[in-house]
Amino acid sequence: MSDSPLAVEQHGPEHLHHFVDAEQQRDAASLGMWLFLATEIMFFGGMFLAYLVYRSWYYNEFAAGSRSLDIWLGTINTAVLICSSLTVALGVRAAQMGQRKLLVILLLLTIVFGFAFLGIKGVEWYQKYEEHHIPGRTFNADDLVKDYPQIHIDQRPEQIYFSLYFAMTGLHALHMIIGVGIFVFLTYHAWKGRYTPKYYTPVEIGGLYWHFVDIVWIYLFPLLYLIDRKPLR
Amino acid sequence: MATVAVTAERENYLNKEYGIRSWLLTTDHKRIALLYLASITFFFFIGGFFALLIRLELLTPAGDLVQADTYNKLFSMHGQVMIFFFLIPSIPAVLGNFLVPLMIGAKDLAFPRINLLSWYLYIIAGVIYLHCIVTGGVDTGWTFYTPFSTAFSNTRVIEAGISIFIAGFSSILTGLNFVVTIHRMRAPGMTWSRLPLFIWAHYATSIIQLLGTPVLAITLLLVVFERAFNLGIFDPTRGGDPLLFQHLFWFYSHPAVYIMILPAMAVESEVVACFTRKRIFGYNFVAMSSIAIAVFGFLVWAHHMFVAGISLYSALIFSILSYLVAVPSAIKVFNWTATMYKGSISFTTPMLYAFGFIGLFTMGGLTGLFLAALGIDVHVHDTYFVIAHFHYIMVGGAVMGYLGGLHFWWPKISGRMYPEGWGRLAALLVFAGFNLTFFPQFILGYMGMPRRYWQYPPEFQVLNVLSTAGSTILAVGYVLPMVYFLWSMRYGKIASDNPWGAAGLEWQTSSPPPTFNFDETPVVTWEAYNYEEIPAPAEVPVER
Amino acid sequence: MFDNFPLWPARASAGAANVDALFIFLLALSAFMCLAIFAMILIFATMYRRRRGVEAEQIEGSPELEITWSIIPMGIFLAIFAWGAVIYFHERTPPRSASEVYVVAKQWMWKLEHQEGQREINELHVPVGRDVKLIMTSQDVIHSFYVPAFRIKQDVLPGRYTTAWFRATKPGVYHLFCSQYCGTMHSGMIGQVVVMEPAQYEAWLSGGGTSGSLAASGDTLFQQLGCSTCHRSDSQGRGPNLVGIFGQPVQLEDGRTLTVDENYLRTCILSPSKNIPSGFKPIMPVFQGLVSEEQINALVAYIKSLTPSPAGGQGSVSLAPQPQYPKE
Repeated sequence: MSDSPLAVEQHGPEHLHHFVDAEQQRDAASLGMWLFLATEIMFFGGMFLAYLVYRSWYYNEFAAGSRSLDIWLGTINTAVLICSSLTVALGVRAAQMGQRKLLVILLLLTIVFGFAFLGIKGVEWYQKYEEHHIPGRTFNADDLVKDYPQIHIDQRPEQIYFSLYFAMTGLHALHMIIGVGIFVFLTYHAWKGRYTPKYYTPVEIGGLYWHFVDIVWIYLFPLLYLIDRKPLR
Repeated sequence: MATVAVTAERENYLNKEYGIRSWLLTTDHKRIALLYLASITFFFFIGGFFALLIRLELLTPAGDLVQADTYNKLFSMHGQVMIFFFLIPSIPAVLGNFLVPLMIGAKDLAFPRINLLSWYLYIIAGVIYLHCIVTGGVDTGWTFYTPFSTAFSNTRVIEAGISIFIAGFSSILTGLNFVVTIHRMRAPGMTWSRLPLFIWAHYATSIIQLLGTPVLAITLLLVVFERAFNLGIFDPTRGGDPLLFQHLFWFYSHPAVYIMILPAMAVESEVVACFTRKRIFGYNFVAMSSIAIAVFGFLVWAHHMFVAGISLYSALIFSILSYLVAVPSAIKVFNWTATMYKGSISFTTPMLYAFGFIGLFTMGGLTGLFLAALGIDVHVHDTYFVIAHFHYIMVGGAVMGYLGGLHFWWPKISGRMYPEGWGRLAALLVFAGFNLTFFPQFILGYMGMPRRYWQYPPEFQVLNVLSTAGSTILAVGYVLPMVYFLWSMRYGKIASDNPWGAAGLEWQTSSPPPTFNFDETPVVTWEAYNYEEIPAPAEVPVER
Repeated sequence: MFDNFPLWPARASAGAANVDALFIFLLALSAFMCLAIFAMILIFATMYRRRRGVEAEQIEGSPELEITWSIIPMGIFLAIFAWGAVIYFHERTPPRSASEVYVVAKQWMWKLEHQEGQREINELHVPVGRDVKLIMTSQDVIHSFYVPAFRIKQDVLPGRYTTAWFRATKPGVYHLFCSQYCGTMHSGMIGQVVVMEPAQYEAWLSGGGTSGSLAASGDTLFQQLGCSTCHRSDSQGRGPNLVGIFGQPVQLEDGRTLTVDENYLRTCILSPSKNIPSGFKPIMPVFQGLVSEEQINALVAYIKSLTPSPAGGQGSVSLAPQPQYPKE
């Protein structure tokens, strides 16, 4: 009475026994990650919907809030993330080609970019704290009202803009942190030589996740920072 | 089919390893299914206990058993526990987990470790919710409407929100596992058109879990953030819109009811086929109906908001779409009924639950037509009519489907037969108790008794007393299976591989199955429900 | 029906019979469908119970049957939809000439104010045969105004107005329930609608002391709060002229065109930056926090009264006299 798995061709320790072969395992992992990213789209989607509704209702407040964000830091962060997606894509290729050292370097670079993004984000949040733009008891948007007297800004819906700003960038940053964690894991295993041209699925699906987090930022940046940057008279 | 008694000495997934570590660190989908069975049964009794207290309070018009605040917590937590900790997992996490790999000829789900993670997320969520209960509970209604939940409730809204958020991820991961498994791990020859309808329905359920639950997650997270960090997203005094919450909430919570009913329909198809000894009439239509329900189910959410302040034109659109979504369900009921024509029908316990399901689901579904009619909904929205409607579907439908499925696959899961006489008695008690509990509530609703009322005008009392009486009978009907299932694990008759003579790959392996499900990977060359090739064994009674 | 054990709610409004008619139709349809399906199951279960030597007949299906039992229900469903939609449309379009009652809901009571100035708590007196429109808002959470005998229900929201209307047809006292869960005493937020013969109603109206009509108190407020400084009737003010503005379309500076209704006026008072009419500067002060719900109701009633009443005054209710704008 056998409970052992079926006869299977020569395989490495990464082959999981409930799969028939490596191809099935790879296909399953890939489909799984794409489905997971679909759930993430729905997750962020709820916040984007709230943003859409409130921006259409409180355009002036949203525009004023948007102008209070540091466009240079935002742009640098966008560039940082795009570069990090490049290192990720090159890393997947390095794994495909069996270039272990290059793979490790690229993964490390990605982590560095990730930390850079988070660091700059932290600086921006601190700026908001200093300017009293954190919603709640300490909120005060008098500076926005003062700077733009010809546009009548209601401070209460102004809080909604900043609530959404913190919720959206906060959740995005959380996903970045998780992404950095995943890449630390990948770097460790890459360094140990676990990824070969025959088996580099974790790098590929980790890369998919990272690209997704990048794409979310590509949407967040214009929606939050670039609402109305026309020079004011 | 061999009816040779098989002793429990044969190695199977239950006796392969003993010890608590082998259970808590298992990645075997069948063991995980049993872990879920134990946990959701526990929460079922917690939710049921709250229900009993509610019905006891409602025996008299005055609020005299518990205080108003306590009552508000009771109905809120009854709803949240029953939906998120019992109904949503129930069939998928117990029967789906156990059967999906078996039915398609696979050794396990695509991601066994993620499956275990799903269960741990569920447990963590459950522990947090239990803590919430004992430290004061939550009184927002299961629906968490703002601004009450964000700015007025003094109860543990953040804790309940976080708990359900985590439970949601358990659900998402289960759905993800099923979709990948069904796509990638079918045995050779198991084409899509040869899949049991159970698989089709679970596939549709999983799509809803994947795409809908994240919206609930973000909605609850925003409520938690608003309370914790004093944000103003739903605060009308700061320009926030209470209706935004409702749209976001119901975008998930309507498809959620299809997460709860599709798996019961899955069970229904398997049970009806087996105990009529026939292929389900209109296989293609039933399979496509599952997909149609999943798709259309995402388009009707605002029928919960007809009097909430949405525009007249939105209401018209959502009403018409709600009628569209009723059609595939009707198709299924007609097809199951048509399957009985020229069948060979036995009245085993699972089949009794199946009959009950058709009856009660039909009644519940028909009352959905009342609610989708705008003019009627204005009158009965937020009354006991709605409560009766959804309990007919979720209890009369989903719970009976769950119990029927548990009985049907019990021999496969445990290697034992449950006592058939007690099984039939419990099924009849559940059916009778259920109708007595909930039918009077339709009348109460049309008369105008609002829901979530701790005290009520005296003219509503007689119907409330009838309802409470029914609930005691229902409770007995629920306790009985727990007792005799446990009894059967030790003293039940040993089950053969296929005591019902049922079609399906799960019956081609031993009861209970070995850890890797099959001695050899099956190669499928036959259509689903090939009953013409399967003789009925002795356990399936001949009705004189 | 039976006195102590009623099974059907009282029917006391013009619309109630329509709702009941559809309900009874649906009851009959459901009973028929249930009986049909249950009968078929019973018959099949008996005729085709498992008997020795008799095998089941494998039947794949019948696409014709499937189409039939999809199309016919779909047709019936569309008919039900249409019937329900007609009733709903009627319920959501109050007659222009309806008299108005302003309702403010709060945890856990209903505050009502008639146009004539009469105030009530948890009670609403109305005469038989008159169209009554409720203009409702909440001070805190979402509530819902439900009168089963009239078959009407409307959620009452914080931050905006919602409306409902009815025409009572039978004198009597009927339940008023809050039907949107709102906290501790949700089930205690109940009251009654007292429908009286017209003569009795007039007597009731003149019985209690009032401080003048709602629109008149709105007029006073309009002066006190300084609104008249900018909103002048000679169109020379910094704000739009409000005479005759109610019910008209207005173009906003962002290009949208809205109709001036109760919600529009409320938004202008509380959150003016949302609705700047084109050609005007965004300088109106924000009154959120400075006026109560009842005061907003009074201001809205006053501005509405600046609309000349329809010729012939068909069904019109007493309006405040035309206000005299102070000359600057």
